[in-house]
Amino acid sequence: MDKSPQALTATVAVDPVRSASSERGVVYVYEAPVRLWHWINAAAILVLGLSGYFIGNGIPTIPGKTGDNFLFGYIRFVHFIAGYVLTLGFLLRIYWAVVGNPHAKQIFYVPIWRKSYWREVWHEIRWYAFVAAEPKKYAAHNPLAQLAMFFMFTLATAFMIVTGFALYAQGTGNDSWQYRLFGWVFSIRPNSQDVRTGHHLGLWMIVTFALIHIYTAVREDIVSRQSIVSSIIFGEREFRD
Amino acid sequence: MGEATETFYGVIRRQGITRRSFHKFCSLTATSLGLGSLAASQIANALETKPRVPVIWMHGLECTCCSESFIRSAHPLFKDVVLSMISLDYDAPIMAAAGHQAEAILEETRAKYKGQYVLAVEGNPPLNEGGMFCIDGGKPFVEKLRAMAEDSMAIIAWGTCASWGCVQAAKPNPTQATPIDKVITNKPIIKVPGCPPIAEVMTALVTFITTFGKLPELDRQGRPKMFYSQRIHDKCYRRPHFDAGQFVEEWDDESARQGYCLYKMGCKGPTTYNACSAVRWNDGVSFPIQSGHGCFGCSEDGFWDKGSFYDRLTTIKQFGIEANADQIGMAAAGAVGLAVAAHAAITAAKRLTGKRGRVAQEE
Ligand code: HEM
Ligand code: HEM
Ligand code: SF4
Ligand code: SF4
Repeated sequence: MDKSPQALTATVAVDPVRSASSERGVVYVYEAPVRLWHWINAAAILVLGLSGYFIGNGIPTIPGKTGDNFLFGYIRFVHFIAGYVLTLGFLLRIYWAVVGNPHAKQIFYVPIWRKSYWREVWHEIRWYAFVAAEPKKYAAHNPLAQLAMFFMFTLATAFMIVTGFALYAQGTGNDSWQYRLFGWVFSIRPNSQDVRTGHHLGLWMIVTFALIHIYTAVREDIVSRQSIVSSIIFGEREFRD
Repeated sequence: MGEATETFYGVIRRQGITRRSFHKFCSLTATSLGLGSLAASQIANALETKPRVPVIWMHGLECTCCSESFIRSAHPLFKDVVLSMISLDYDAPIMAAAGHQAEAILEETRAKYKGQYVLAVEGNPPLNEGGMFCIDGGKPFVEKLRAMAEDSMAIIAWGTCASWGCVQAAKPNPTQATPIDKVITNKPIIKVPGCPPIAEVMTALVTFITTFGKLPELDRQGRPKMFYSQRIHDKCYRRPHFDAGQFVEEWDDESARQGYCLYKMGCKGPTTYNACSAVRWNDGVSFPIQSGHGCFGCSEDGFWDKGSFYDRLTTIKQFGIEANADQIGMAAAGAVGLAVAAHAAITAAKRLTGKRGRVAQEE
């Protein structure tokens, strides 16, 4: 059996029996590690976004003795802990892309070479623009979602990890493993203020992604007659008609 | 100018400096370079036996603040010592010779000390219009620089001008002022950024290079590790206020009087590699943050082009407008948020009308 995700999505999408009949189809899409990762990742990003925003802008001055306070230090500490969680999760997620089911690979590439892929992206755009009457059905992410996931999540997260650890290396010093692994960032941008600005812009890229992502997930769940939100909780995609 | 073949020790003894002072200088230098106690005697030995290293000091597009800093090297001994330690054979602002006489020194040094002299460059060459924006001795400075670099042992790029470009290279850089390492690519170059660099840092580096005949260990950016491996922020005495979350928010508020952290006033200490917070200025009297003003990152690449010195989030000009990361990000997220809300509204409306349509049909 062809195990590529396209083959699976294609059968689901065009299978006349399944989409025409009222029989309910169920496909197991998101394996447990992917689901667990999704929520840990979402939590880490929530923490990183909030603490990062405060790091970038500073907090209102804490009155009192300096020695009794360490709030900004704790905010940064929480940011770094969440940064490690995000990074470890991301690495494990990459590992799962290799050993997991075909859907697990989807967020790591865009099949730009495949004509049919772009046709389906176009169809999704028409669906979201209220032009197409019916969405196509996909076991995993629809082609437009895959595009957004790849650029706005996967690449953006990799960028945040790289710039984040480069900035972290400034604190741990030139002899640290962080500097050895990520110091090359400063060969591209010698003034680390640029790296901080880039890292800060990344926050907004991810916020924008989360906005679109959560909206479309909930909307599709209601409108498109297939399970969406429960899929990332329980793993199965149910086609309701 | 003294003969370069003389030893440093010979020169200072002739100037009446005692042997005791000489050893004091050697220990001080070893300490400021972060070398072990053994190094003091190594330095003393080298200065007593090795001929002085000839130094050619050239000036391109610059404001001479590096020289001004250098000659103010605080410890009086340092200044005297350094000026007699090296054989400063050519340095336009402070040398006696002028005109053809001065130019002749360059040729002489090139021929006599091929591969042995140190070329110290203050400022940088503008490359536009064939280098016509900086003429030195009737020739574009860039040609003089290339020629003198050819036979040098190593090059010291003094200050932010020579290291990164500084103000004359700020956008739009009409003269195409270019840092030294982008023009000379086949010689060891040490960058000593700062506008100007700290005097004691300069003299200590000259001492190192002339004593050991080589450049000290450099970091990824070509800066000496001994003075540029930590940020202002890492050694700032206001750091406890940063960690506590105590920030100045107005120049005249209570926090400013308390001497709290200047992070929110745009202090660039967290992104600036320099020794100010450790060595300080003017014989260790103070440094900008100690005087109540944030660091503005004078030793960093393109520091003139990073927006206001007083903004924490500096502005980005790449998008055609000047705005900081939060303004750009909030505008983008806001626009997407509005689009999402509109989309949701249309979806809801369609579902309602769709349902009504279906109900009407069924009836
Ligand atoms: C989605 C992921 C992340 C988001 C949204 C995020 C957000 C931010 C923001 C907004 C800032 C302030 C930047 C500024 O304006 O100067 C910041 C700073 C920083 N972030 Fe992140 N970050 C993320 C991931 C990471 C990771 C993975 C690390 C690595 C440990 C990291 C390490 C840092 C460091 C070291 C700083 C500078 C803090 C300081 O020196 O005070 N970040 N982050
Ligand atoms: C309340 C919050 C959230 C909900 C309800 C939610 C819901 C979902 C749903 C339903 C899917 C499956 C989409 C599909 O079947 O096509 C999904 C996948 C995904 N979500 Fe979320 N999500 C939330 C927060 C986040 C956040 C904050 C992020 C990160 C910024 C995120 C990143 C992802 C990624 C990367 C995937 C792809 C998973 C994979 O294929 O490996 N999610 N989410
Ligand atoms: S004043 Fe500047 S260098 Fe000092 S702790 Fe605050 S941000 Fe860092
Ligand atoms: S504190 Fe900052 S701006 Fe001031 S001299 Fe030092 S590096 Fe330059």
